[in-house]
Order: sequence, then structure tokens, then C-alpha cells
Amino acid sequence: MSHPVKASEFLKDPDKAKWHDETLWFVRDKRDNSSKGIPEWEKLRDTASQIKDNVLANLDKYLLAFEEKAKANHIHVHWAKDAEEHNQIVLRILQKHKCKAIVKSKSILTEECHLNPFLEKHGVDVVDTDLGERIVQLLHQPPSHIVLPAIHLKKGEISDLFHEKLQTEKGNEDPEYLTHAARTHLREKFLAAKVAITGVNFAVAETGEFVVCTNEGNADMGVHLADVHIACMGIEKIIPRRKDLGVFLRLLARSATGQPITNYNSHFRSPSPGKELHVVLVDNGRTKQLAREKFKNSLKCIRCGACMNTCPIYRRSGGYSYGSVVPGPIGSILSPGLDIKKHSTLPFASTLCGSCSDVCPVKINIHEQLYEWRQEIAKSQGLNIKKLSMQIANGVFSVPFAYQMSGALLRGALKILPNSIAYSGINAWGKQRELPEVPQETFKNWYKKNKA
Amino acid sequence: MSSKASIIASIKEIPLESKELPEIPRFEFSGNLADNFSIAISNNKGAVISQTQLGNFIASNGITEIIALSAGFDAYNTRSLPSSAHELDNLQLAIIQGQLGVAENGAIWLTDENMGLRALPFITEHLVIVLSKNALVPFMHEAYDVIGDQQSGFGLFVAGPSKTADIEQSLVIGAHGAKSLQVILI
Repeated sequence: MSHPVKASEFLKDPDKAKWHDETLWFVRDKRDNSSKGIPEWEKLRDTASQIKDNVLANLDKYLLAFEEKAKANHIHVHWAKDAEEHNQIVLRILQKHKCKAIVKSKSILTEECHLNPFLEKHGVDVVDTDLGERIVQLLHQPPSHIVLPAIHLKKGEISDLFHEKLQTEKGNEDPEYLTHAARTHLREKFLAAKVAITGVNFAVAETGEFVVCTNEGNADMGVHLADVHIACMGIEKIIPRRKDLGVFLRLLARSATGQPITNYNSHFRSPSPGKELHVVLVDNGRTKQLAREKFKNSLKCIRCGACMNTCPIYRRSGGYSYGSVVPGPIGSILSPGLDIKKHSTLPFASTLCGSCSDVCPVKINIHEQLYEWRQEIAKSQGLNIKKLSMQIANGVFSVPFAYQMSGALLRGALKILPNSIAYSGINAWGKQRELPEVPQETFKNWYKKNKA
Repeated sequence: MSSKASIIASIKEIPLESKELPEIPRFEFSGNLADNFSIAISNNKGAVISQTQLGNFIASNGITEIIALSAGFDAYNTRSLPSSAHELDNLQLAIIQGQLGVAENGAIWLTDENMGLRALPFITEHLVIVLSKNALVPFMHEAYDVIGDQQSGFGLFVAGPSKTADIEQSLVIGAHGAKSLQVILI
């Protein structure tokens, strides 16, 4: 289904859509206040962008250096060329430990690989422990935003869900009450899990360590109580030096939520005595994206979500309208690289206003890449209605008689055409717009009469 | 070919322009380290307290399950560090020593040495960190200078209590981890 079709589903509830728009703008506003609070903001963005450029130019070397250091620190390092291999690696580790129930903190990569349904098919019970992710998991939904997974839901809906699944009081919508109910529910899961899975925010080539950032502390609650920790990361998450973390940790939370730093920033370098630590390095289309000169910069993304919060389309169409794991502007330049046919409408879900590029902490030229993808998609799809109409227009404009005739025809047609022409599925611009009033005469005639 | 070999080979095939790794710039800090640090902690929904306030906090909340690992705070200890983190589930208060604090954001650096068990600062109901005023630095950049190539299996920057805003963006303290963070600056 295309973005416009799904967006119109979202807009069927105008009050909720308005709330969604305003709430994300509020998060964007917090990001502005936070970034303006430090005068060195632009310098930090420049530095982060240059570090990431250097990473992409040396990705093979940094990956090998990371692996060497990590292995020396007793971390098991696995390489997966695609989602299927990633899932198999995780499953093998679970089977080795005879593990049937795991806890998992936020990892967009495991969403990308569809790890949950894969593990469930193999009899493993997966519990997402980030509150927002747990909420959407209980509803059998994917996250609608990479930082705020349940931002499309109102507290009444969460209250009903928790009443049904966690036996909370009917009608109690107090966020504190609901959060603490989830705390009790998830505490049991943390204490019972033998294996915990996390994502990775940054992996340091110099030291072989990796960093996971949360506000809830759910990643740490999982891994420090489990015997085995599996960290899943895309190969682009590498950074060269430990001191680079200083730059990225200053940018990440400020861009994401407006906080100066996430409350927990955990640096994993080697397992606790008697425990196991695994890292899975996943390609899944990343090297292909790296080979696309115009689009490789999309791999600099640190998944802060700022481009979503600022995007006038994302705010008014919701995460699900994109139909891709990463929604919003950054998703619209990443997803076509994975499947250009499936995601062909995403680069058009933009006004090209450039706000996404302005807020991006690593200075990805998102709106320019959106424009570039449009060219690629037009090329791959061949002749379309728009192109056909331009060709007709070209013919009409080059023959004066045809031009005069078509003017007269259209003026007549506008008066008698039913609205269904303007408000049909092929004309998205017709929605909430009226047909223009028809002038009484042509401009040519008007000019003849009035030129004196 | 192994997946590792094929991933590395496909990267090597791509003609990539070389890009220089930048030096990390230095930024000027204005203000008082301890003042800025305290403001940052309270913005993160934590608090900087005195040792007297700690005593009151323990008494008024009827806290009896305490593990104090910070030197000079042994008197608060009511139990010793267990061998398994699972036994920390009913822990009410952990008092641990921080290594350094960052004035711009309130982040405090801890390693295995300070935590005893890695789960400790997360699973405890309340967390108190003792930190020397001399261990404050302006920005994250200076913090990583101090950390340097320090070797620890686990390191943590903790900046506040466990929190979430996943329900309608309403801030709630105490999602999964510690419900409060209090810092004693000495």
C-alpha cells in the first residue's frame, strides 16, 4: 500500500492526528531549546559528520579492528550478511543455552531483521522491555517511531490494554500508575530471563567496546541479570575512537528528546566473570547502500529520530503510513535501497523543505537524497501518468490552434465536470481543495479589449 | 566464503574517497563546575544532597535494605554484596562511589570496581552516588580524557533516575531501574 493511502487512514481521526502533530512538534521544540543551549552545537555537528565520513571511508578496517579488540576482551563476534543469517545466529546461541524466554531492549536492527516473529516461530518467548515497545508488542503492532515507539497511542488505549493484559484498574489512565504496573510486570521477566538481547548505539574500533543508551535502564536490567548478552548491530554503528563518544553522546539525546544526555550510557567491554557476551555484526544491505555514491551518507544516521519529529509529513501521517521499519525522512532514503518497488512512494512523502537536514546531528543531506531517489524511482518505473501528461502538454503548447482549442475546452469542461474528477484517487491534490472558478473570457480576449 | 570475508570484500570493492578523521575540538566552559553539575542533576530529575539529608531520607522512608560500597559510608551498610544479582531484587538503597562527574549534563562515571555487581545501580530502588567535587569536569570531552584507556569490563555514565515518557510524553520516574538518584558532593 502506498504512503498516501496509509496516510489517509491515519487522518481519519482528525483529533488524534492533530495531537500527534502537536506532540512531535513539542519534542522538536525541546530539541531546539537544548541545542541552542550550547554555543558549540554546529561545531559538534560538523565534527560528528566528519567522524562518520571517515568511518564510511574506512569501514572494513574499523570492523576488523573492532573484532580483534572485542575478541581479545572475550566477546564472541559473529558476522551476518543478511537478516536470515542474523536470526539463525541468535537462535543458535539460544538453543545452545536451551533458552525459551528472552528479554530484549530497543533494537531497530532486530525489527529490521524481523527477529521476534522468527524466534516465536521457533518456540522462544520474546519480551520487549522498553515501555513503549512493550505496549506495541502487546498490541501486536510494530513501533511507529524509532525513539517513541507508542507515540501513535493515547493513554486511554494503553489503559484499556493494560487492564486486559496486566489486570490494572479499568479506566485508570494515569501514566504513573500504568508505568509502575509495567515495572512490576517486567521485573518478573528480567529476573527470569537467561538471555538478554540489546541493540548497539556505538561500537568503538579502538577498544572493542560498545555503548547502549537508554533512559529506562531496561537494557541493563536485562543483561546484568541474564547469563548471556547478545548485542545486535548494523556494521555502520562503528566509530573509530573512545573519545568520539564524547561528541556523539552530546548530540544524540539532545537531538532525540532535548535531554543533555540519556540517563544510562552503558559501555560493554568484556563479560562479567562466568557470563557470555556476543556481538552480531549485520550487513543486510548496508554494503550495497555504501556503494551508492549519492545515498551512502544515509549510513551516518545515529537513529535519534529528530528528522521525524520535525517533518511536516511524518507528523501529519504517522509512522505506520511509511510501511517501513524506519519511518520518516531517514526511513524514506534508507528503505528504497532495500526494496525500491515496495518503498517507491516514500521519497515523495516529503515537501523537500529541508528541515530534516537542518536538524540532523550528523548532517545527512536527507532532503537532497529524497530528491535523488525520486529520479531513481521515475527511471525505474518508466512512463507514468505525469510523464504522459507532460508529453501531451508539450504537443499542445507547440501548436497554436491546439492551444486555443484546449483552452476553450477546459473552460467549458470546468463548468460541467463533476467533482468526482477532481476528487478521485489519482489526484491527491484534489483532497480538501475546490476547483477554480472559470473566467468569463480568455486572457487574450481580455487583453485585446483592455490594451488601450 | 564466510560472511565476514564477503562483507569485507564487498566493502573493499567500493571505490571510497579518503576522509580525514578530525581532532575533537575543545570548548570553553564558563561558570562554576559544582553549580552547573547540581543544576544538570536536578534537570535530570535527580538531586544533590548533603550527608545529613541522606540520614533523613533513610529514616523517613523506613529504608532497611542497604548496600554501601563507598568508603566512609560503611556505617549505613545493612547487608553485604551477594554473589548473585538476583538477590538484589529487594534492595532499597545502594550507596556507591563515583569516579568523575560532568558539569554540562550531570553524567557520573562508574566502572565494575565501583558497582561490585553490574546490576547494582539499576536494580536498587534508590541510588546514592558519592562524588568528590575535585572529580568534576566541564564536558564529555574532558571526561573521556580522564577515562583515557582505562580498562574495565563495564563502564556507565549515569545521569539520573530511571525514567520514561512513553505514555503520551508524560514524564514518569522509576520505569525499571532506580526510582531516585541522589548525589553527595564532597
